Formats: sequence, structure tokens, C-alpha cells
Amino acid sequence: MKHLLSTEDLSLANAVRILDTAEEMAAVGEREVKKLPALRGRTVVNLFFEDSTRTRISFEAAAKRLSADVINFAAKGSSVSKGESLKDTAQTLAAMGADAVVIRHWASGAPHRLAATDWIDAAVINAGDGTHEHPTQALLDAFTMRRHWSKLAGTPSAGADLKGMRVAIAGDVLHSRVARSNVWLLRTLGAEVTLVAPPTLLPIGVEKWPCAVSFDLDETLAQGVDAMMMLRVQGERMNASFFPTTREYSRRWGFDDNRLRALDTLGLKDTIIMHPGPMNRGLEISAAAADSPRSTVLAQVRNGVSIRMAALYLLLSGDTREPATTVTASAAASHAANPNLTYSHQESH
Amino acid sequence: MAEQQQHADNSGAYLIRGAAILGGAAEDILIRDGIIAARGNQLDADGAGVRDATVIDAAGLVALPGMVDIHTHLREPGREDAETVETGTRAAALGGYTAVHAMANSTPVADTAGVVEQVLTLGRTAGWVDVRPVGAVTVGLAGEQLAELGAMADSRAHVRVFSDDGICVHDPVLMRRALEYVKAFDGVVAQHAQEPRLTAGAQMNEGEVSAVLGLAGWPAVAEESIIARDVLLAQHVGSRLHVCHVSTAGSVEIIRWAKSRGVNVTAEVTPHHLWLTDELARSYDPVYKVNPPLRTDADVQALRAALADGTIDVVGTDHAPHPSEHKECEWAQAAMGMTGLETALSVVQHTMIETGLMGWDDFARVTSTAPAAIGRLQDQGRPLETGEPANVILVDPAARWTVDPSKMATMGRNSPFAGRELPGKVMATFFKGHPTVLDGKLNTPYRWPADAVDAAPSGRP
Repeated sequence: MKHLLSTEDLSLANAVRILDTAEEMAAVGEREVKKLPALRGRTVVNLFFEDSTRTRISFEAAAKRLSADVINFAAKGSSVSKGESLKDTAQTLAAMGADAVVIRHWASGAPHRLAATDWIDAAVINAGDGTHEHPTQALLDAFTMRRHWSKLAGTPSAGADLKGMRVAIAGDVLHSRVARSNVWLLRTLGAEVTLVAPPTLLPIGVEKWPCAVSFDLDETLAQGVDAMMMLRVQGERMNASFFPTTREYSRRWGFDDNRLRALDTLGLKDTIIMHPGPMNRGLEISAAAADSPRSTVLAQVRNGVSIRMAALYLLLSGDTREPATTVTASAAASHAANPNLTYSHQESH
Repeated sequence: MAEQQQHADNSGAYLIRGAAILGGAAEDILIRDGIIAARGNQLDADGAGVRDATVIDAAGLVALPGMVDIHTHLREPGREDAETVETGTRAAALGGYTAVHAMANSTPVADTAGVVEQVLTLGRTAGWVDVRPVGAVTVGLAGEQLAELGAMADSRAHVRVFSDDGICVHDPVLMRRALEYVKAFDGVVAQHAQEPRLTAGAQMNEGEVSAVLGLAGWPAVAEESIIARDVLLAQHVGSRLHVCHVSTAGSVEIIRWAKSRGVNVTAEVTPHHLWLTDELARSYDPVYKVNPPLRTDADVQALRAALADGTIDVVGTDHAPHPSEHKECEWAQAAMGMTGLETALSVVQHTMIETGLMGWDDFARVTSTAPAAIGRLQDQGRPLETGEPANVILVDPAARWTVDPSKMATMGRNSPFAGRELPGKVMATFFKGHPTVLDGKLNTPYRWPADAVDAAPSGRP
């Protein structure tokens, strides 16, 4: 495993491997000494071109629990804000000996550029790129769902997938990297996904995605849902006519108190409510829903550290990381030719 | 092929032996004094009064009229780090061109007689091809006020093609007025059809691939709606419209409809839109970022069919060189555009001729005759007949070569065909009877008479 760039081309075997490793990492988090020596002497750079305190500290905690050295590089106030290019930033980090780069970028595909070019030969982890993907978020969501699903089944979660689980994802799918990563990963894990959104907030081409699409949240709930994931919606979208007002949005597509009560009347006693955070209480999710026993919001945050520990461990630990090789611009071809690279396009579904 | 001989001046005669004229029967062509002095079988140079003609064995080569690009970005003045008239026209000559239309989006914008005359002078000083400046439609390409179209038409640059290319003349009233006004001097408005509100922040074709990649979509309707409006405007005011870089199947249908109604519209397709699709964006490599964007395979097939049946009149390269730092970055940060002058012939051969959709005579029509007619170039795109201007190229259709942008004459390294093996190679380019390219290599430029170069008001040395 060389990079973690997307869930679209993540194989079932690798997805389960990351989830299982995260289970082991979670056990570390429950010990008094929450630290493993696995990545001692390795350097992890958090390269953040977009503000995201939550994701950054999650990766920072993960790296530190694995004893890695962590460097936080925030683009604001740095040389980047003085016009330095991604290429120069990457080459600077390479010269400083970064072993892994955790990159958050406002531009879709920026992590792919780092991985595909010869600017830097470090493991690249996509911590959210534009409106493309946020693979560790999807993995922590799947981790959270898998624990819930296994508990209901009374089976261990290690090695399990999500076959048969009904997941609804509601909100601004168009601009959501979380939705994209979840759709691909949940498909790979065997869950049944329904996207619920106003038609304006679904991308053209969504009909080719491996999921169902609905414009009606109540109808989707009535058909039965095991996990209800709400996506953050920016109120500013109404200024671009994606929806008329925030109130209308909340009424039609928000998880409000009425819908929280509906879960009970529909007999959906085990349905969990998820949100990647940060939440807009009162817009896409009501305070009662966010704070209800069904809510997994804080569990998701906790699990995020375990997932990121697993990702860093699998990318950087000695037995799975192949020797440094020059990655050329034709990275796709060389990846495919290298049998050690488990994330090649050959494995995509 | 040719007997090695450098020709520093324009004198000299060339006897081309056995070239397939427009891909047809092999004949000899004698070039002398800037014209085709004779054409026929087993021409006797001595008999034609030429004792020192350089003989070129053209067996297996195709003779074609020099190509005319209706759509080139030469970047000078203003962005000489991207391309200069000198480097861009060297690339053009190597690509088989004898004339290029230099788009107006330079800095300053080519929106006055002074700037278009400067570009004309730069082109003549370089001497590799005819550089025909395109005038901006609106002042500064700002889309608010008509530029002095008449002054540019009357200038030494003799502008006939007007375009805000890169930006759409989206105001319908302004577009109407521009179409009307250019009738006064037989001009044409070349429209960059892109509805701006529908494409704010657009990064690539809107469809299945953009949905997955999370890149803001450039919907086909943003092009088609402007074309539909403009053909109706052209019909209403009885003027001449040229549609730049048509990229969608829907646009083809609208243009076909307009032509059937007798609208005076011509259309252009780029080589890259005849081949490449938005699937390439999955690499996030900005070398595939272009405006209009690469579309789907269904669009590619529709464009090929339209070029073959004449719905689309010409191939225009939209040659758009960029410095490497504008492509070695994130997709969203990258500049839009691809180089094209040195690959156009090969890409059209690959997509249109080797697919059986066209012959070399059709190639001559879409790359020379038709674009020369649109630009009102009198001595370009002419038949390869005795007495005609000797703008002639020799092509080896059997050659195969692998695209290496670092070896190109253009300063731009942003070729989307890098690494691909292409058919066809330009072995010689004759511009006004002078070989700018010989043996597939750059030779020497044509030397314009001093008064044709130095009459610019800017008084260039």
C-alpha cells in the first residue's frame, strides 16, 4: 500500500484490512498509555491548504500515538500564501525527509498530483480534496457502522463487511467529498446506499453511481434505514439558488424532531444517526437528533483516530512499505506493474 | 529527400518529383519565383527554363496546399514566456502551416490598429508563415464596447476575423451589433461559445466523470445555447458567423440545422476534440485541461462525422502554449489549453483519414481551402495548379513518430499527445515558394521585402 487517495479504487480486501487494523488501534486508545512505538523515527507532515482543525488534530493524535514525529504545515501564513506552488511545497517537504504527507486541499485531485508526480516520494494520504474524496472519513464512518451492525448481529466486527445494511446519506451531495467516498466504500463493503437530496444538490451523472437516489427523506425513512447520515449544508448555497431558503431546506431534507420521532413510529429502534461534523444544528440536523442516544457523532470522532492510526501504520510500517522508488508521471502504469501496490486500478470494482 | 542545401534567400527553384497531388496520382511540381511554375508528368526542369532547380524526390509523399490555422494563440505581445511569434510560427511551419490566425487575447489585447499591425510586423519579421492577426470584438475583451473593428479592417493587417476568443461575447445585443457591423468590410465574428453563468468556475465536461472527480462541470448546454442564439442572430442580420472549437454533439446538430436553413455559419473543431475524451481527466493531470473541455466519446464521434460531412468546415488548432508552472500544479489552478500546431496534421490523419472518414483531398479542404476562405486570405488555400501561389507541403503519410514535447519548436510543453505514436510527418513546407521546412526539419524563413515589414507605425528597427 503506497498511498491512500480515494475509496473508489480501494479493494474490499484492503478496506477490511484497514478496518480490522483500526480495531486493534482502538484497543490502544483504551489503554492508560495510549502509545505504540510502531512509527518511531518516521516523519508525518500534515499539509493543510484548507482550515480543518478537527481533521488535523485527528491525524496528529493518530501519528503521535504511533510515536511518529509530526510536522503541521498550514498553508495560511506560510510560504504558500506568498504564492509558493504545490510542487515547490512538496519538494521542500521531500528535502526535509517527510515519510508521509497528509494533505487537505481545496482543489479536487491535489493529493493525486502529489502521488503521481516525482515531486515527492512519500506516502500520500488524502485528508479531503475539494469536492472529490475524503477516504479516511468514509473509513471511520464504515468502522462506526460495522461495529453497530456486528453488535446487532452478535458477531465480531473483525473481518466483517456491511452486507445488507441500509444506509441513507442526505444533504449536499454535489459538494460533498464525504458522500462520494462513502458511496464507493459502502458499495465495496456491500451496504445498500440511498442518497437523499434536492435535485439541485446532486451531480449530473449521479444516476451511474452504485446507489439509489431519492428526493424524499420521509419516503426513504419509511422504507427502512439502518444508518442515517446527514451531510453538512452551507447556508450560503441558498444564495446560489440551490434551494430557496434554509427553512425550506430543513423542512424537506433536514433531520428534524419529527423525523426523529418517526424512527420510533416506524419501528426503526436500532437506526443510528451519523454526521461527519461540524454540524449546523437546526439546519440539516436538529439538536434533539444530534444529542439523541441514536447519534454516533462522538463515536465517529473517536473512531477517526483509530482509522488514521491504521492508515498511517499500513502505509509506513516496514513490512508493507516497499522501498522508495521514483514515481514518474506515468504513475498509473508503474503502479499497475508493481505487484506490491495493492491500490492499483486493477483492483477497482 | 532534398539535396542538402540551405537557402538563405527566396531565390531558387524546386522540382518536386512524383508527389501524390492531394493523395491522388503522382505528378511533378515545379516551384519558382513564389508560384507553381509547372505541374505535370516527368517535368523537364531544363525545358522549363530552370537549370539550377533543387530536385526533391517525393515518391510516397502527398502534396497538399499549405495548411491555414483559423485559431492560434501566439501569446506575443505580452506573454513572451509562453510563446513568441517567432517560436509559434516555427512550430506552425513544422506542422505544415503557411498561414495562422493569431488570436487577439494578447497583452495588450489586439483591439486597435496599432496592435494588429505590430503582430503583422512580428509575423513578417519572423517569416515562417503568414501571420494574420485576429481583432478583438470588444475593447479589452471586456464584452462591453465594440473595439474599432473598422480601423483594424483598414489597417495594414487587413483584419477580417474578429474574436474575443477565450471569452464569449455573451451580451446578445453586443453580439448582434458586432455581426451587423462587420458586414461593412466582409468580416466575420468568430465566437467562443460559452454561456458564462452556466460555466462559472467550470473545470471539465459536466457528466459522469466530473461527478466522480468532484470537478465543477462545464455543461454542453452552455456551448449549445450560445450557438443556437448566434445562428439565429446571424440569420436575422444577414451576417457571417464562425463558431470556434465546437465540442459537443448537440452543437453539431444546431449547426447542421442552421446550415440547412441557409444561415451563413462556419464551424471549427480542434484536433484534440476529434480524439480525446474527459476520461483523461481522471489522472488530474492538467495537460488535459482545456476550454472547451474534452467531452465524451459520443461527442468525439459526432464531431468526426460532422467534419467528414461538411457540417464542421475546418480544423483549427486552438494552439495554446503555457509555461510549465501553469500546468505543474493542481487541476483547478492550472491554465486551460493545449499545444497543437505540430501535431494537428498527424492527429487529423489518425482520426479522420486512417478511419476512412476522409481522403487527403478532404484534408486539404478542412485545413487549407475552407479556413483561407473564412479568413478571406487571397493567396492561401489555393489549388495546386500552375500559376498559383506556391504554398505547398509534402507529407509522408507512412511515417510514424512519438510525440516528445521537449523536442517541439513551440515553447509550450503542454501537448496532450505526449508519448503517443502518431502517423504522418511534414517533410517540406513551401511558403511563398520558399522552403521553410525541408527534410522534415526547419530550414530558413521567407524574407519579406523591406517595405512589407517596416511600414509599421511603431517603427520597429
